[in-house]
Amino acid sequence: MARYAMVIDTRRCVGCADCVVACKTENNVADGFCRDWIVQDVRGGYPDLQMEIRSERCNHCENAPCVRCCPTGASTIAVGGIVIVERDECTGCKACIASCPYDARFVHPEGFVDKCTFCIHRVKEGLNPACVSVCPTKCMFFGDLDDPDSEVSKLLKARPNHALFPEAGTKPKIYYLT
Amino acid sequence: MQELTITSGRNMAHIDPNLSIWGWEIPVYLYLGGLVAGILFFSALYFLRGKSDEMPTVVRVTPLLAPFILGIGLFVLFLDLEYKLHVFRFYTNIRLESPMSWGSWTIGVVFPLSLLWAAIHVTDVFPNWRWPFQWLKRFVLMAQTYARPIAWILILYSVILGMYTGILLSAFNARPIWNTAIMGPLFLASGLSTGLALNLLLSKNKAEKHIIGRVDVMAIGTEIFLIIHMFMGLLASTEIHIKAAELFLGGPYTAFFWIFVVGLGLMLPALLELLEIRGKVGVSKIPALLVLAGGFVLRYIIVEAGQFSQWGL
Repeated sequence: MARYAMVIDTRRCVGCADCVVACKTENNVADGFCRDWIVQDVRGGYPDLQMEIRSERCNHCENAPCVRCCPTGASTIAVGGIVIVERDECTGCKACIASCPYDARFVHPEGFVDKCTFCIHRVKEGLNPACVSVCPTKCMFFGDLDDPDSEVSKLLKARPNHALFPEAGTKPKIYYLT
Repeated sequence: MQELTITSGRNMAHIDPNLSIWGWEIPVYLYLGGLVAGILFFSALYFLRGKSDEMPTVVRVTPLLAPFILGIGLFVLFLDLEYKLHVFRFYTNIRLESPMSWGSWTIGVVFPLSLLWAAIHVTDVFPNWRWPFQWLKRFVLMAQTYARPIAWILILYSVILGMYTGILLSAFNARPIWNTAIMGPLFLASGLSTGLALNLLLSKNKAEKHIIGRVDVMAIGTEIFLIIHMFMGLLASTEIHIKAAELFLGGPYTAFFWIFVVGLGLMLPALLELLEIRGKVGVSKIPALLVLAGGFVLRYIIVEAGQFSQWGL
């Protein structure tokens, strides 16, 4: 089975937020909410400053705390390790929101919990997630970590990279090339 | 120095800048759940020890309130659900990894048990009580013959209920202040203490009050011990846990926590109860009211601070 991951080249990302807009359009994300967002991470002191621009979203963790804490099994791991929420099973108890160190989840106005799905409906058709497909600087990559010849596997081998809060033990699957 | 700025997306309701998904409902539910755990635990304990006549309030009177208090707690929990029509989903799944699933099944056992325990004792408190149906009367009479095994089950399940209200929070690794195993025993100790305080408030028997007061001082002492250990554990842990502890040790929750929870909710009532036991001050309802209020403030501030503490900056 595939193990889908996303690799984002922070050296190429300019923070244009096309990915955010593409996601909202593709997934009809409710007003006032978003499934992905842009973070500017500035470190150091003037004049020695470093900035990393990141497109962030659900990390589709391999050890997903949201899936573990869900009392009804609504948060579950679908094909390729993609973490999804089954709307019909969700009670809106919000335990998964509290469990996510990335604050990637929110309550949809209709009551269920919502978040990035890696555009699973597109992935099943062999397409890239909407955010990846629209990126004008081509800084986002999507693929299978278990396939050594996939673009994501090659990039992770070739370039230094980091994930967000790996020390939380969640085994996140969004990698940032530095 | 590090500065994080979200330049696009986010600023979502109840997520940014800090989580505020759980308002008053969750602390009220955790509080009432703990209170019921305390009521049922001591009722069953003193029943098994054959103290039903010496401690009528603890064994017979207060348990009559338990199903109502738990019912209010469950209703409030229901109010917190965002998808209320799906509430039945808790009982179409058993998820061993999820403390919330354990909790809902525990409630599924404790709530009927609390009703049964109240039914067993209702004729002791209200001698003119008449069951509306014969089958119900026969059922309660049969239950009365099994009161001892039921009491043992109650002791087990009331401890699970009291612990679970804390474990529910401690299982969230993403919220560092909750993420300590002490939370379960702390909430259990607090639940036992508030259960005793309600008994103290309702009891009219001086000897009984003295016993309750003495046990409550022990429960409060345990709570203080656990609070100290909670901070020791957090301060000896990773940076995010240290930051979380600092919310109470100089941070925004410091004054509120130490004055209202530790000072007025634990130290002062323990001191007053000790003085009462020694006959230095008159018996009053003040320590009981302070413990009951302090228990709620503890739940409220922990739920609030947990949502404030996070992995990011």
